[in-house]
Amino acid sequence: MKIVVCMKQVPDTTEIRLDPVTGTLIRDGVPSIMNPDDKAALEEALVLKDKYGAHITAITMGPPQADAILREAFAMGADRGILLTDRKFAGSDTLATSTALAAAIKGLEYDIIIAGRQAIDGDTAQVGPQIAEHLDLPQVSYVKELEFGKDNVLKIKRAIEDGYYLVEVKAPCLLTVLSEANKPRYMHIRGIVEAFDKEVEIWTVDNITVDETKLGLDGSPTKVKKSFTKGAKQAGKVHEVEPKVAADIIVDKLKEMFII
Amino acid sequence: MHFEIPKTHELFRQCIREFVEKEVKPIAEEIDEEERFPIETVEKMSKMGLMSVPIPKEYGGAGGDNLMYAMAVEELSKACGTTGVILSAHTSLGMGPILEFGTQEQKDKYLPKMASGEWLGAFGLTEPNAGTDAAGQQTTAYFDEKTNEWVLNGSKIFITNSGYAHIYIIIGMTDRSKGLKGISAFILEADTPGFSVGKKEKKMGIRGSATCELIMEDCRLPKENLLGQEGKGFKIAMMTLDGGRIGIAAQALGLAQGALDETVSYVKERKQFGKAIAKFQNTQFQLADMYAKVEAARLLVYKAAWKKTNHIPYSVDAATAKLFAAETAMEVTTKAVQLHGGYGYTREYPLERMMRDAKITEIYEGTSEVQRMVIAGSILS
Repeated sequence: MKIVVCMKQVPDTTEIRLDPVTGTLIRDGVPSIMNPDDKAALEEALVLKDKYGAHITAITMGPPQADAILREAFAMGADRGILLTDRKFAGSDTLATSTALAAAIKGLEYDIIIAGRQAIDGDTAQVGPQIAEHLDLPQVSYVKELEFGKDNVLKIKRAIEDGYYLVEVKAPCLLTVLSEANKPRYMHIRGIVEAFDKEVEIWTVDNITVDETKLGLDGSPTKVKKSFTKGAKQAGKVHEVEPKVAADIIVDKLKEMFII
Repeated sequence: MHFEIPKTHELFRQCIREFVEKEVKPIAEEIDEEERFPIETVEKMSKMGLMSVPIPKEYGGAGGDNLMYAMAVEELSKACGTTGVILSAHTSLGMGPILEFGTQEQKDKYLPKMASGEWLGAFGLTEPNAGTDAAGQQTTAYFDEKTNEWVLNGSKIFITNSGYAHIYIIIGMTDRSKGLKGISAFILEADTPGFSVGKKEKKMGIRGSATCELIMEDCRLPKENLLGQEGKGFKIAMMTLDGGRIGIAAQALGLAQGALDETVSYVKERKQFGKAIAKFQNTQFQLADMYAKVEAARLLVYKAAWKKTNHIPYSVDAATAKLFAAETAMEVTTKAVQLHGGYGYTREYPLERMMRDAKITEIYEGTSEVQRMVIAGSILS
């Protein structure tokens, strides 16, 4: 079985603090980490590898320092690491990113592509599904549990807000995984010792077949108009009452605020 | 000369920090309070290969170096001194002498299972009347030619990991007339008839670590369980402790750093006289002194570890690192408690535990006085 895992290096948002004067994010000194959902995606791949044997390729698009998460992937058990890096990718939105990643994955052999649900910096949850569209593959998002069965069929528990779907999908396919799906293993110490002996393959635009006008800032239809810091919400109030009384309280409150 | 930490070691530290944050820190208070050996942590460390950091791959080890090993003990001890010493005793005292002095057969037989964490290691040198005066061994061993076995009799005290370890390196007298040259080392497996683990000590600190008495009554070991040559036991013990001192120095360093980190967060939050106590110059000067000592300790520990990896004589470096790191740990944790005031004295905060844990680093694997003897002996020779 050949598995490709897509991952992203993100700032550790739990370490980000707000400047008390300007209200903006202080990014200085914030460590970069493997996106948590992507780590869960890698763990799913590693579980399949443990059970059935698999070759895992971890791929990321980012600046040269994104090499770090591929080393981490090696130490966890990935077999191959590809860093897609080129100035031409700079400023990519989700569409341009998925275009580049899909083009790179086209050059690889795969049965299953696994991505994290979303990155903690952008929260879009778009890149995984878009890759599936570019590659014309069936996709299952929000995977909470998966089992590999006969004839390359995966049985999947796909989470929705108040329950889950049980779906079946035949490989080749793309999955996006929730971080609740598993508890990713720690890096193995021997894996760490060997992580820098392995080669991270550096791929540029020249290594992939792609329409360059669809890459980077120019290839990104998303235009950021304005960005601002969300104001702090007021503390909520809890009323522990019967639903009927609760409804009255809510209606009164909305009237008071001239919303209804 | 360069002070850059290699990328591999940075990744390693990142891994251990994550592990400590999720698995070690949350139970540190509980295992101290309950005086409980954290067997589940040992299992988790085994699974990720942490029980074998500096052991070569050919024996199932991680193939790392002594700097990584020191960093591991340091990071564990930042949150939990108990977990730090479990790893240190297992690695330096249990596996260390087998790796250094064992025959090929002994290495093949013991190291893979110890490296995987299946067999925990321990080291028995100290006796009721043979502490710093390690030569006053009362434990005896004689060779029974009829059965081709070594027969051990005696007892050991204050043995770290005892009761949980499967492999014990035991030091005993094989020929009293020869003094230090009549001491030998043995590999003893816990299920050997005649061997038993005695009473568990109630300690001031590192209360989760198992510290017990070992008793050997006509304990028979196969001939091949002699470690190194007969009569070389004292040298083996001393060289093993040289390595162990890097581990304990790293433990002390971790305790000091952990206490400093806690204090830095606390003084920014704690307000007195209308402002955070971090704004007071006394606090700032105390913190600066603590930081300077911790940094100096780290350089000494890392240097000793680096020398060991590179096969450069490191005995004096290990003694210097242990002396300085242990005394730093005691000083920094004491100051940390002081800066926390009354809260620091309560068990609501980890500082008093760190201060209790720090004290042992000035005592075991060679007291600070022994380290001074080693250092003075070297500079006056």
